[in-house]
Amino acid sequence: MSEHIVKSYETELNRLRHLMTEMGGLVESQVEMATQAVLNKDAGAAAHAMETDPKVDAMEREAEQFVIRMLALRQPMAQDLRQIVSSLKMTGDLERIGDYAANVAKRSLVLSQFSLNFPFSGLAQMSRLVKENLKTIIDAIGESDAEKALQVWRSDAAIDDLYNTIFRELITYMMEDPRTITPCTHLLFIAKNLERIGDHATNIAETIYYAVKGEPLTDARPKSDISAYAVVRPAGE
Amino acid sequence: MSNAITEADAKPNIGTVQTRSTEALNEPRIAIRNLDFYYGSNRALKAINLDFPAGQVTGMIGPSGCGKSTLLRVLNRMYDLYPGQRATGEVLMDGENIIAPGIDLNQLRSRIGMVFQKPTPFPMSIYENITFGVKLHERLGKADMDERVEWSLSRAALWAEVKDRLHSSAMGLSGGQQQRLCIARTIAVRPEVILFDEPTSALDPISTLKIEELIDELKREFTIAIVTHNMQQAARCADQVAFFYLGEMVEVAAAADMFTAPKQKRTQEYITGRFG
Repeated sequence: MSEHIVKSYETELNRLRHLMTEMGGLVESQVEMATQAVLNKDAGAAAHAMETDPKVDAMEREAEQFVIRMLALRQPMAQDLRQIVSSLKMTGDLERIGDYAANVAKRSLVLSQFSLNFPFSGLAQMSRLVKENLKTIIDAIGESDAEKALQVWRSDAAIDDLYNTIFRELITYMMEDPRTITPCTHLLFIAKNLERIGDHATNIAETIYYAVKGEPLTDARPKSDISAYAVVRPAGE
Repeated sequence: MSNAITEADAKPNIGTVQTRSTEALNEPRIAIRNLDFYYGSNRALKAINLDFPAGQVTGMIGPSGCGKSTLLRVLNRMYDLYPGQRATGEVLMDGENIIAPGIDLNQLRSRIGMVFQKPTPFPMSIYENITFGVKLHERLGKADMDERVEWSLSRAALWAEVKDRLHSSAMGLSGGQQQRLCIARTIAVRPEVILFDEPTSALDPISTLKIEELIDELKREFTIAIVTHNMQQAARCADQVAFFYLGEMVEVAAAADMFTAPKQKRTQEYITGRFG
């Protein structure tokens, strides 16, 4: 696509894109810190993740104002319109991801007070997938890459599957030893938060796909989070 | 529960939904088929196929010289006034090819009215501006004629402003009022189709909005084609929009689709202001 005849419009569109990737980068580091806080009992990382939240909120407001201004002054059409409106939607998703990351960080502080005799390997694996998807989707924002968006959209099912496994695992631990109920409940919420971060990444994927292609992805993506129906019974029952 | 886990292993389906506007366009009032137009040897319209749905507004956009005004001129055969200009193909109205020889031009122009870029009131009274065209086609008594004048001025949203000075000169009206008078004059002969050639480009924003509101009202009774350089205006007024470039019709789509997700790269570049 060639450049706009009005250069300042082109500059604004680029700035908007930059704002989105910048906000994305901030959220990405927030999630990184939050998962480190959990997996390594790193209180410093937890504090960092929580302190980032107001910055993310401020960026969301800045992006919103900028979008409203552009809509009023430029009366965008076609792919410009789609990019601008999509940015508004994506800031909402990014902001939520930031909230979940901050919540994970908070819970890590409580969690670190317990010593648990089981490994967090499932959670570590889940964090890795979530961070991968988040990184890919933020690249996709910057590059308007519908293929990368599709890749994220497709791979969210794996995150959901891991979440289901963790869910059942944690229930089992709690049944075996009621003293683990407090830390396991926090771990459950942490896993749920990560799963939600994955969902917001797929929301962003759908938004990017629409912005680039001009047609939405179907909502036919099967939800793999089946923990709502999971029943784990004590052995012998 | 094990079967639920297996279910979760299913691969996600990828697909896109049909998002092109599903609001159906009406039956065409005018159907253009394979139309070519020549200014001498210069082929200004190239194999145009386009339907004008009845009771709806068709917007035509494109850079200067793209052929959109030429197309309007073909529709009421304005080009007949100029030797060396000719059209080939078909412009069908009620199954009749209106660019064929032997068509009664007076009758055709009473069926297809035109409003121009600049207001062109005749230097006579407001009343006479309206009756001038009517008298060419119909013999009406004074009461009927008065009624027709009120009807057309009301339709053109001008009646309230001029009803007390019908016999003063039309030249004393403001630009916006003059344009609405021209619209009243056009609809006074009760055409089936109204062509607007950049009808608001010489008007202030409020007069422009009044004309746009009027077009919205008029489409209940008439089929409308509008050529405009104002993209937002096309988006606001038109049900379907056709984009012309260098004598070709590049794309036609429902206005909602055209301005959110046009299919053709040239359309995208033009409507977003990137035309290179």
